[in-house]
Amino acid sequence: MHSFLRTSATCTAAIAALQMTAAPASAQALGDHQYTSAAVEAGSRLYVSECALCHGPQGARVDGIDLRRGQFRGPRSDEDLRRVITAGVGDSRMPAFDFSSAELDGIIAYIRAGFDPGGVAVRIGDAERGRAVFAGAGDCASCHRVNGIGPRAAPDLSDVGAVRTPGALQRSLLDPYNSVIPINRPVMAVTQDGEIVRGRRLNEDTYTVQVMDSDGRLRSLVKEELVDFEISRSPTHEPTRLSSDEVADVIGYLLSLRGL
Amino acid sequence: MKIIRRAVLTVTALSGFIAHGSLEAQVSYERILGAANEPGNWLTYNGTYSSQRYSRLDQVTSANVDDLELKWMLPNQVFGAWQSNPIVVDGIMYVTQRPNDVMAVDARTGRVFWVYRHTNAANALVCCGANNRGIAILDDKVFMGTLDANLVALDATNGKPLWKVAVGDVNLAYSITMAPLVVKDKVLVGVGGGEFGIRGYVAAYDADTGEEAWRFYTIPGPGEPGHDTWEGDDWEHGGAPVWITGSFDPDLNLTYWGVGNPGPDWNAGQRPGDNLYSDAVVALDADTGELVWHFQFTPNDGYDYDAVQVPVLADMQWEGAQRQLMFWANRNGYFYVLDRATGEFLSGEPYVRVNWSSGLDANGRPIPTPQPDGMPTWPGNQGGTNWYPPSFSPRTGLFYFAAWDDYATIYRPEESEYQPGRAFLGGGFDVLAPVPGAPTIGIGRTNPINNWTNEVGHGQVIAMDPLTMEPRWSYDQFDVSDSGMLTTASDLLFTGGREGYFQAFDARNGQLLWKAALGGQIVMAPVTYEVEGQQYISVISGNTMVTFGLPD
Repeated sequence: MHSFLRTSATCTAAIAALQMTAAPASAQALGDHQYTSAAVEAGSRLYVSECALCHGPQGARVDGIDLRRGQFRGPRSDEDLRRVITAGVGDSRMPAFDFSSAELDGIIAYIRAGFDPGGVAVRIGDAERGRAVFAGAGDCASCHRVNGIGPRAAPDLSDVGAVRTPGALQRSLLDPYNSVIPINRPVMAVTQDGEIVRGRRLNEDTYTVQVMDSDGRLRSLVKEELVDFEISRSPTHEPTRLSSDEVADVIGYLLSLRGL
Repeated sequence: MKIIRRAVLTVTALSGFIAHGSLEAQVSYERILGAANEPGNWLTYNGTYSSQRYSRLDQVTSANVDDLELKWMLPNQVFGAWQSNPIVVDGIMYVTQRPNDVMAVDARTGRVFWVYRHTNAANALVCCGANNRGIAILDDKVFMGTLDANLVALDATNGKPLWKVAVGDVNLAYSITMAPLVVKDKVLVGVGGGEFGIRGYVAAYDADTGEEAWRFYTIPGPGEPGHDTWEGDDWEHGGAPVWITGSFDPDLNLTYWGVGNPGPDWNAGQRPGDNLYSDAVVALDADTGELVWHFQFTPNDGYDYDAVQVPVLADMQWEGAQRQLMFWANRNGYFYVLDRATGEFLSGEPYVRVNWSSGLDANGRPIPTPQPDGMPTWPGNQGGTNWYPPSFSPRTGLFYFAAWDDYATIYRPEESEYQPGRAFLGGGFDVLAPVPGAPTIGIGRTNPINNWTNEVGHGQVIAMDPLTMEPRWSYDQFDVSDSGMLTTASDLLFTGGREGYFQAFDARNGQLLWKAALGGQIVMAPVTYEVEGQQYISVISGNTMVTFGLPD
């Protein structure tokens, strides 16, 4: 398997990525975007002493809320949670807590880590702001399609919030090399007529491969009829250069996409 | 008038056929012994007692295989992997479908004579699907094991039950998925339930009455040799099921059985000792069930490396002398040659990437190299191969089987407590994925998209030369394969895989000669038979049995 240069005009991010030597994102980059393990650990202790009495040790004692699984009545983003914890919920349903900023980080980190004191917590930002970043600074919409709008070069994200975890979404943004699901890898094929077919793999078996080509057409290719056939192991985009806040917002937006 | 006369003629012709068929359908033990000499029929699960899945039929050859055409299809209405192996006797095919139906089918046309349906107890429990792999036949009776651990005898002519016995206790999750093996006047069958803390056995029943003749426990009880390979009461729930049909050597009067994994599956530390006779082959006296020898492939297994492969028997020159051999590509990634008279280990080499062991010692015992916590083990949980029936061609001297290469699993052993009728697994596992959270290989295929790709592992047809212990040739498949093998006297090898291709290879060199895109996963071996001078080749793909032959 070799990586190859992709010259599709539809996806500038892909071109940028493939012209670089493929290199896994560094661990530090990942660390910038998530709560620290110390925060998760501190949050676990604070949760037990301050929150578990009402919410229960597994976070599911209050009707309609399952903190561990990320189910809330109203709040979605980390900021929402912060607001609810510090302001409380009316009619004495939940008291307002006077936590320090570090303590709030800890509680939210513990929730986002799925109540696993050793887990990884993903910040979830504001979905509306995330939508703007997705279309703008993030340059996501130049390859990905959402709810019928946008190109088909990269996987359609209309239901990505239902099929991917926050951790997987964060990893896709920060460490694309280790995130592309293998079946989605870019394909380059040369037919006996000399036609170069580039696209995204949809399915493959011993004798054939099914591709969405760069013009958005479904193509089924018979391998023994091809002059060349390569699967790229390179990521389709670079590790994001978005700020930590913007990444959290984009994740919030992606999680809001639940399909039809 | 004309119409009525034609109907009368048809009825006359039909009754003539039935009378003829029922006479011929007497499958005596002598016929089964000589099954290789009547290649027009497929009389046992693996074709003959030696389990070579080699047929002397040679009408279809490398020169005309391209002309193969569809003769008939028989779809079933039951969803799920169709793992059944048909038996064919004098133009009548007996095949089972999920969970425990038997059908008698016209082998020329696919039309069904009768269906017998066994209703299983509601609490019947199996680990890996409501599978049944077929029937056995003797005289005018057909025998089937059931998911709720009964053995049923049917009248082969009309499908009506003659007797039924409980082989195991369904409440303790005993089950039967294998096709029974008839030897002389007895029906031999083993029990499944290795994921539920059973104590496995093979048992023999009188073919006429269903009365139990003998029972061999695959875990020795107190006072029996091998009991000291278990500590405390671990032996009571130690698994060691037998869920694949064995083989028989009439000269040695030995039956051979592959034994499954010890329980709990993934926590070897919870059951210290070799855990005999889990992951072993046992040679049992055909008349008494007495253990004559055993060979254990994987002592104290923590990887689910069931030795439930088909014991393949062949006589060959081995280091200058004619020997009675047994070939065995094991789930643990090693290919073995044993002396089947004595159980002596003759040779063993890995055929896929292996890292749970660094090799075999002079007695064939693996040198264990357990991987650190969280690190991958090759081969993975489903093994380098599994129950998929292999084939040996005495013409090429090669042993053919489906292998899974570059496939690994990360195990998570945990302490678990035995509870009757409940899963007893000792933790869990993850298949090694190319990127975190990517789809990985599971049991069977439920999606036409191969979303795990060959980055998780890929299939191989391996033609192993037992004399050199190296593949003579191998053929890569993009997906893994659970398909068995069939070879013929015209040096064709038929097999398939999860991708739904049915393929014919030149058995000598691995050249692909023909393929048909049937679409559904092929999870059993093809069979071949002959009716009225026409050779047929049948294979199950997805929910459909498909039968090919040359143009009339």
